[in-house]
Amino acid sequence: MSAIRVVRVGLAALAAGLVLDFAAGAAFAASAEKGKEAFVKHGCFQCHGTVGQGSVATSGGRVLYDTKLPVEAFVGYVRSTNQQMPPYSEKILSDSDLADIYAFLTSLPKTADFKTIPLLNQ
Amino acid sequence: MARRDSSKVSRRKFLSGAAVAGAAATTAPIAAGAAGAPDGLAQAQPPSARRPDARVAAAEVGTPASTAAAHDNRVPGSDFMTDVIKSLDIKYMPCNPASSFRGLHESLINYGGNKSPEFLTCTHEEAAVAMCHGYFKIAGKPLMTLVHGTVGLQHATMAIYNAWCDRVPVMILGGTDLDAAHRPPGVPTIHSAVDINSIVRDFTKWDDQPVSLQHFAQSFVRAYRFAMTPPYEPVAIALDAELQEEPIHENGEKLYIPRYVASAPPQGETGAVREAARLLANAERPVIVADRCARTPNGMKLLVELAELLQAPVVDQGGRNNFPNTHHLRRPPTVIAQADVVLGLELTDFWATVNSFTDNGENEGKGVQKSRIKPGTKLISINSVELHTKSNYQDFQRFQVVDVGMAADAEATLPSLIEAIKSQNLNKDAIAKRGDANRKAKAEARDRTRQLAAIAWDAVPISTARMTAELWPYIKDLDWSMIGSERQMSSWPSRLWPMEKHYSHIGSSGGYGVGYNSPAAVGAALANRDLGRFSINFQPDGDMMYVPGVLWTAARHKIPMLTVMHNNRGYHQEVMHVQRMSNRANRVASLGNDLGPIGTRIENPDIDYAKLAASMGWWSAGPITDPKELGPTFKRAVEVVKSGQPALVDVVTQPR
Repeated sequence: MSAIRVVRVGLAALAAGLVLDFAAGAAFAASAEKGKEAFVKHGCFQCHGTVGQGSVATSGGRVLYDTKLPVEAFVGYVRSTNQQMPPYSEKILSDSDLADIYAFLTSLPKTADFKTIPLLNQ
Repeated sequence: MARRDSSKVSRRKFLSGAAVAGAAATTAPIAAGAAGAPDGLAQAQPPSARRPDARVAAAEVGTPASTAAAHDNRVPGSDFMTDVIKSLDIKYMPCNPASSFRGLHESLINYGGNKSPEFLTCTHEEAAVAMCHGYFKIAGKPLMTLVHGTVGLQHATMAIYNAWCDRVPVMILGGTDLDAAHRPPGVPTIHSAVDINSIVRDFTKWDDQPVSLQHFAQSFVRAYRFAMTPPYEPVAIALDAELQEEPIHENGEKLYIPRYVASAPPQGETGAVREAARLLANAERPVIVADRCARTPNGMKLLVELAELLQAPVVDQGGRNNFPNTHHLRRPPTVIAQADVVLGLELTDFWATVNSFTDNGENEGKGVQKSRIKPGTKLISINSVELHTKSNYQDFQRFQVVDVGMAADAEATLPSLIEAIKSQNLNKDAIAKRGDANRKAKAEARDRTRQLAAIAWDAVPISTARMTAELWPYIKDLDWSMIGSERQMSSWPSRLWPMEKHYSHIGSSGGYGVGYNSPAAVGAALANRDLGRFSINFQPDGDMMYVPGVLWTAARHKIPMLTVMHNNRGYHQEVMHVQRMSNRANRVASLGNDLGPIGTRIENPDIDYAKLAASMGWWSAGPITDPKELGPTFKRAVEVVKSGQPALVDVVTQPR
């Protein structure tokens, strides 16, 4: 196992530990309404779009809308990702705001099937 | 340069002589009778130089006398230059006027009748060059521009660099006045330089500074030929003011215009072509990657033939529209990971094609680099840029080892490569299965894409997918051409619209110099106008504000085009960079009063692009914030463009 890999596993474990606390506390107090504001305030929308639609240019095509990620995995990724998205520490993005953002993303209304949108069926 | 034939009276020498004649007549010789001079002869000859008195000095450094006395029937050298330029059938000359080429300017519009080239008035040299850039990618023929050799060329440099990186020929002529002893003082001298081309030499294919009219004729035709031999590149010619303005000697009887004969593009060496064919024919999962392969419409046909022969997926990196996006073999970059042979055709960056880079600060700040391909994957490169690259600017990208490399033009090499593959013992069953698998994957991907477009369908700001889809009903039955860059808007046009023609889109700037899109689109629309096509330009807001004056040029010269503003009110690429740096430093990015890090947003106040365009003669609408308004507005705008006018619709959009 390379040194980088060891560090990464450690970070993931650390993140998982935080998630337990997170899940037990802040996640339960989450507000989708506040999450919508936090999603803009912290610049999440810049790469992911205002409803988490994603972009092939900025999010590698990944979509946050209607995310199926469990909250633990979501928080773990935000806190310790080493991909193109930079990690957000608690100093930059509080547990409370992160919980609200998750609540916002999972509260978004379901998107229509493209087959029901005439302009996408031409 | 040395002055020519001093025994003849030049226009400028005539002027200066007239101005100082009286003064010179009363000036006492300073060397007469000097000690040590040979006796007799020296005494009888006038000195070779005289010390100027106050009147002579004033004539040398003061405002030049009126040129009225010089008006005669003599033919200026710039008339011959005009004949040379006309011999190459250069249709337009986007240009910002400047005194250092006043002679050629006058000849082109009066002697030349302002046809081939027609002077198109530009408000900035950067716009002029970018118009040439965009025009070529539609018309396949280069344009020329004239610039002040100093300040004008300085304005033009970024656009020239874009053309260099995008492998586009542009003829750039820069005015200068080389004779330091006789050129007009003041501004014309400030606007002269010993070697004006030095500031663009690193990113032009060739340059010259002709010292005679015949030299100009040879250099201009030579420059055109160099520029038009793949790899296409810009070229620069310095135009001495005196060469333009002095009369042609001996009625020009000894001058001739060299005949232009195009050079054949360089093809891959036979042995290398055979080896590439062997690797591709024996591959289980060959992948073709193309960037600027289809430099002409025939390039797309050849690439389709090659891909179908092998039923190999094609990844189009979009420098040109190399391959129809509706074809079942057009596939995303992820297919490269499965390849056992990768054929790269005119790739800007082969390294990044087969390697990934994650800008995450790891590896001592260098980021993480990983191979995208399996060990043992064979790499073949055909790239004309290897024939002509330079050292300073790093557009040649990281070094990538390949197994077969051909310093050759890809499009010109494809016919022999196709024939070489046909001569191999091809496994037709395996090839057919590859085709079926690609067909199935393509159909599934299409549905996924449309579902992604549906996600933010009603979002405000308006999603770039919806903006793209709303325009489609009004252009789908037209012979349309998308002439702006789409990368800033998640490439939705090429994901939702069928792009099956060489001119369906024309790629982007090449050098990523912001300020390319709006003027290049006007240049491309000019070419499309002459071909009867409908031009669509999705226009990033940040790019628009570099040279907005090009809107006036489009209106002034009646260039119809539909510009749809992708108005995300920010320099979005930089938003992400500053956010990344802030997180890396574990600091909250400071937003000020904006929606992005300080310095990256174009808001407070918001720019009204509809008013901007209207002020320069465009039909315009917006800003549109409700997606339901898009359809009716686009319908009106398309009708305006069809009537021959430019139209702009400002749409407030999602970031990407």
